[in-house]
Amino acid sequence: MNKSNTSTLAPQPGLPTPAASWYDRKGLVQIGLLAFLLLAPLALYFLGHIYYVNLASRITLIAMAAVGLNLAIGYGGMVSFGHAAYFGLGGYVAGISAYHAFDFTPVIGWPIAIPGSDSMLVIWLAAILLCGLLALVIGAISLRTTGVYFIMITLAFAQMMYYFANSWPTYGGEDGLPIFLRNGLPWVDTNDALTFFLICFGGLVLSLAITSRIMKSRFGAALTMARLNDTRLATAGVSPYPIRLVAFVISAMITGLAGALYADLNGFVSPSMLSWHMSGELMVIVILGGVGRLYGPLAGALLFVMMETLLGGMTEYWQLFLGLVLLFVVLFAKHGVMGWLAGRERHE
Amino acid sequence: MNEAVLELANLNKRFGALQATRDVSLDLRPGEIHALIGPNGAGKSTLIGQIAGSLKPDSGRIVLAGEDITSLKVAQRARLGLGRSFQVSSLAEPLSVKRNVMIAVQALQGHSFRFWKPVQRDDSLLVPALEALERMSLTHRADTQVAELSHGERRQVEVACALALKPRVLLLDEPMAGLGPEGTAHLTELLDALRHEVPILLIEHDMDAVFRLADRISVLVSGGVIAQGDSAAIRANPQVREAYLGEAAC
Repeated sequence: MNKSNTSTLAPQPGLPTPAASWYDRKGLVQIGLLAFLLLAPLALYFLGHIYYVNLASRITLIAMAAVGLNLAIGYGGMVSFGHAAYFGLGGYVAGISAYHAFDFTPVIGWPIAIPGSDSMLVIWLAAILLCGLLALVIGAISLRTTGVYFIMITLAFAQMMYYFANSWPTYGGEDGLPIFLRNGLPWVDTNDALTFFLICFGGLVLSLAITSRIMKSRFGAALTMARLNDTRLATAGVSPYPIRLVAFVISAMITGLAGALYADLNGFVSPSMLSWHMSGELMVIVILGGVGRLYGPLAGALLFVMMETLLGGMTEYWQLFLGLVLLFVVLFAKHGVMGWLAGRERHE
Repeated sequence: MNEAVLELANLNKRFGALQATRDVSLDLRPGEIHALIGPNGAGKSTLIGQIAGSLKPDSGRIVLAGEDITSLKVAQRARLGLGRSFQVSSLAEPLSVKRNVMIAVQALQGHSFRFWKPVQRDDSLLVPALEALERMSLTHRADTQVAELSHGERRQVEVACALALKPRVLLLDEPMAGLGPEGTAHLTELLDALRHEVPILLIEHDMDAVFRLADRISVLVSGGVIAQGDSAAIRANPQVREAYLGEAAC
């Protein structure tokens, strides 16, 4: 036995680890992003620019949906090209529930009558549960494949949802379904743009906190190992499949909740929320921001929506510039905006 | 205590026309290092695959500590106490050494669906991981990224990962592969000390290490075991000389 080794071991099990602190470069960038996203709409609201407050809500919700996708792609290594399925399902839960609450008709009449609801709390819960259930089915099948096949099969499932919504006339078919009155919460006025923004912002912060916490836990350690080397994980005695499946489900739940709020933001839900463009957009945002970076989706969504708004105001070919930026990121800045702002991520 | 911990009975595996494993029977007893040697293409990797669970034998049985594991998956076998290292190091490169070992400890405790408590401050994972690393005299590298390790150190981390599982059997696939003479001597010493804790089935090319370590040796040629015995017997066996040791022994 080596003497020097024994002494390190006994009394101080927690070897010094580089503690992440809020005041290092990465911490400052993260706080800066959140502060910008929170303070800019506050200021604009009091200056009377409601349009920009709603724009901030849009950024926040797209970011939140991408946070969900990032858990699958970035942390789990599962390149889902079908997260629009959950985003859209969340949206349709909000739309359909509100539609029936408005009509006083049940969502389902038999075997038990389930009435519609215009309460956000009910809608959120339903969106999370249904998206989790859908992801459980889609994930259970898709995760038997890997690589390109996984990408294609997740896309295929999302397209099934898209065409299903397109051809269901009860809920508007391809015209979509309007939500005449924004769904409500007890004690607050969700119709107020700033109030609604703050709800969205709360959702984003919560999803960031949950992702961060999960990835630091035992489950996160197993998921990281499933992504980096699943043979090693299996050799240790942990089957990678259920680990991936649970991560996929959580990822879909986050994206689905964002979708429910997104429908309420627009007062409208249509099959376009389920389309592969939407899946692609979320993927582009994750890549722009930095794959597997906690705040990457936020940075990516900010950049994406700002480009869309600024360049889209100048030319309808704004996606050409988006393409150029994406090309630049993929070729020269593989770690995305976050890699560029906050430096390379170091694993502990 | 002389009952075999691991027992292979009449294993057969065929890939098309190639009989990669031919009626292989061998066992591993407590306290011993049993070496499996054989020239390239003898079917060692195929046999390892069947023991570890990545390949299914066409016929035959594999018994670990009295339990038939022939039809179990890799992860299930690991949970029953089969620790293994790979011929080509299979670790998570971007992670620190201790993180690689901690996942094994976590697996041993069986609690991977815990979402809240950070592993960073979880001493129930860290302490056993550091113990396993200490056994491989790697404590000083605990916080180093695997990507920065030397080849020899990676081999040691592999063994530490396997040890952290508190295995009943250790299956080491060419642990000395690619090591220099110093590295081989070092690892030989470490393995020598291990045999009384956990019996080792050692697949190895390095003859010096095999003859130094092994209590028993089985020689695999074209899928079948042609000889079994202690190192003296194997050295003396004319069939083995012809098939395997060839020029080296003459």
